[in-house]
Amino acid sequence: MKERLSPRLGLFLFVLILPTMALADALTAEAEQQRTNWPAILMFAAFVIATLGVTRWAASRVKTASDFYTAGGGITGFQNGLAIAGDYMSAASFLGISAQIFTDGYDGLIYSTGFLVGWPIILFLLAERLRNLGRYTFADVASFRFAQTPVRLFASFSTLAVVLFYLIAQMVGAGQLIKLLFGLPYGYAVAIVGVLMTCYVLFGGMVATTWVQIIKAVLLLGAATFMAISVLASFGFSPDALFARAVQVKADMAAAAGAAPGEAAERGRSIMGPGGFIKDPVSAISFGMALMFGTAGLPHILMRFFTVPDAKAARKSVLWATGWIGYFYVLTFIIGFGAIVMVGTNPAYLDPAGGLRGGGNMAAIHLANAIGGDLFLGFVSAVAFATILAVVAGLTLAGASAVSHDLYAMVIRKGQATSQEELRVSRRTVFGLALAAILLGIIFEKQNVAFMVSLAFALAASGNFPVLLLSVLWPGCTTRGVVVGGMMGVVLAIVLTVLSPAIWVSVFGNAEPIFPYSSPTIFSMPLAFFTIWLVSTLDRSGRAAVDRGGYLEQRVRSETGIGASGASAH
Amino acid sequence: MSDEERAAGLHSERVARIEADPRYQKLVRRRSRFTWMLTGIMLVVFFGYILLIAFNKEFLAQPISPGSATSLGIPIGIGVILIGIALTGVYVRRANSDFDPMTKSIREDAEK
Repeated sequence: MKERLSPRLGLFLFVLILPTMALADALTAEAEQQRTNWPAILMFAAFVIATLGVTRWAASRVKTASDFYTAGGGITGFQNGLAIAGDYMSAASFLGISAQIFTDGYDGLIYSTGFLVGWPIILFLLAERLRNLGRYTFADVASFRFAQTPVRLFASFSTLAVVLFYLIAQMVGAGQLIKLLFGLPYGYAVAIVGVLMTCYVLFGGMVATTWVQIIKAVLLLGAATFMAISVLASFGFSPDALFARAVQVKADMAAAAGAAPGEAAERGRSIMGPGGFIKDPVSAISFGMALMFGTAGLPHILMRFFTVPDAKAARKSVLWATGWIGYFYVLTFIIGFGAIVMVGTNPAYLDPAGGLRGGGNMAAIHLANAIGGDLFLGFVSAVAFATILAVVAGLTLAGASAVSHDLYAMVIRKGQATSQEELRVSRRTVFGLALAAILLGIIFEKQNVAFMVSLAFALAASGNFPVLLLSVLWPGCTTRGVVVGGMMGVVLAIVLTVLSPAIWVSVFGNAEPIFPYSSPTIFSMPLAFFTIWLVSTLDRSGRAAVDRGGYLEQRVRSETGIGASGASAH
Repeated sequence: MSDEERAAGLHSERVARIEADPRYQKLVRRRSRFTWMLTGIMLVVFFGYILLIAFNKEFLAQPISPGSATSLGIPIGIGVILIGIALTGVYVRRANSDFDPMTKSIREDAEK
């Protein structure tokens, strides 16, 4: 397939996306990289050109801070639902979950359910209130009736922590993925992601970010739908036949590895039930809490609720997002089992040791090749890259708004900054964040970063979520309570993660973890809630009286939207 | 911004009026009861599933019927996802048909 493409055209497009980089290096890169995948590069180039076109159009519409942070509040509920799905369905969920199903079977579904169930919680408790109370960032809501400086300082700290950990995980994932998919060196891959996300966010702000996310969501859902239907079609649309064959394949593999027939059958059968993924009940519950409540505290997700005109549209966007995300996870389940059957049995996709060629995360990519040849492989590779770009763009925008709106405009300038000044600071921050992301991505190349996404969820569940929930719902909550409680939750989540197997053993090389569970949330989130309650209750300061006194007014606005800043803000 | 409005004293009177409005109190009470109920259902369903995974893996691993490859865990796991989607649908329906008209009438009177 790749021979049929004009090398000159490919070269031209290649140079187009890598204007400053030496081509020769990419083509003579070390052996562990895949061969340069031209269909993938061409399709990715098409995606890049299309999205840069969108960014150019968006740039003409970004004139004020409101346009930059929230697209002027002019996104419809349906569009926002798709954009949320595009923001949330990361390459980790597409490649990671299908790869986990490829290896362990059923366990992948546990992740999927955990990633989904946060959405109803967001809708029931937060979405409409966020829209009614906030303008640009979730800190607008959390600090609504509190002293601005301390709450904004906490919120921007925890936002930047969540964004940076999430961003590092995405950058390292992107680098490794692109190295495998396109055959480009790691550093280039990280730099391409950094440069493109800067272009989207810097010039197009939330308008471009939203459309990049929408385009990506449509492509990803389309590709996954096609893959799942193709897999099911080869089993006469009987999931049971697919599962039966997958069990057989796993049993044959176990037998080939020297297991006795009875044991081989047992091992084949084991992919249909939960396995070693959940080790102990405490880790299981803790992990479930991190996924469920962390989703409701991710700053780049919460920010999306300010892009719609009113509470009704916010509500509608969650329904669409939940539908698309749930549908997507059902597809990945089929894709993972399809990979067991169609990839796991084909020596072309396996290395001599029996693992997947190119690494464990390649199950869905090889399946794309098995289904649709090199061209579809290229398409799915490009979609996987686009997926990362859309997620990092959303993260960068959330990080930039924490610095420019919460820190600069509200803390340093005490709310007196003009829209243009705020806009200038956010654009500079985008530069800074992109640079940091590229550098950190390169520094962490060889590190195990798998814990960083779960840490980001744990931080969001232990800091942002309790602060947001109690500030909105509990009249007795005070400035001191949310700041002290939120910090306690965040710090404990970080400390316990450092002491947990993921860092203490895997990164630092100690024999035994000090904290034995895989997620800190079961301790850190209740600690945050308890501390906020305790400190607020004991708070007798003058400020506390103002905080409590502001509740009724806040509630009127959060329940009815009266006084909410809407699309009319500009 | 609310700060400026607060400073100008524009809000307090209107806030007090809305607070005293029985329709507002009814809206807040009804919606809060409804959303906490839905939240409770979601928590029970999801953490029930997690506890099942933690304490009874065999239950989830058994076939849905003799001779089939599909395990009970598959409809249950996918069921958790579908329940999540269904509950958001239930909330949106009720909010559109019930809470929105109530909010609208409160707003209209408040803005007179």
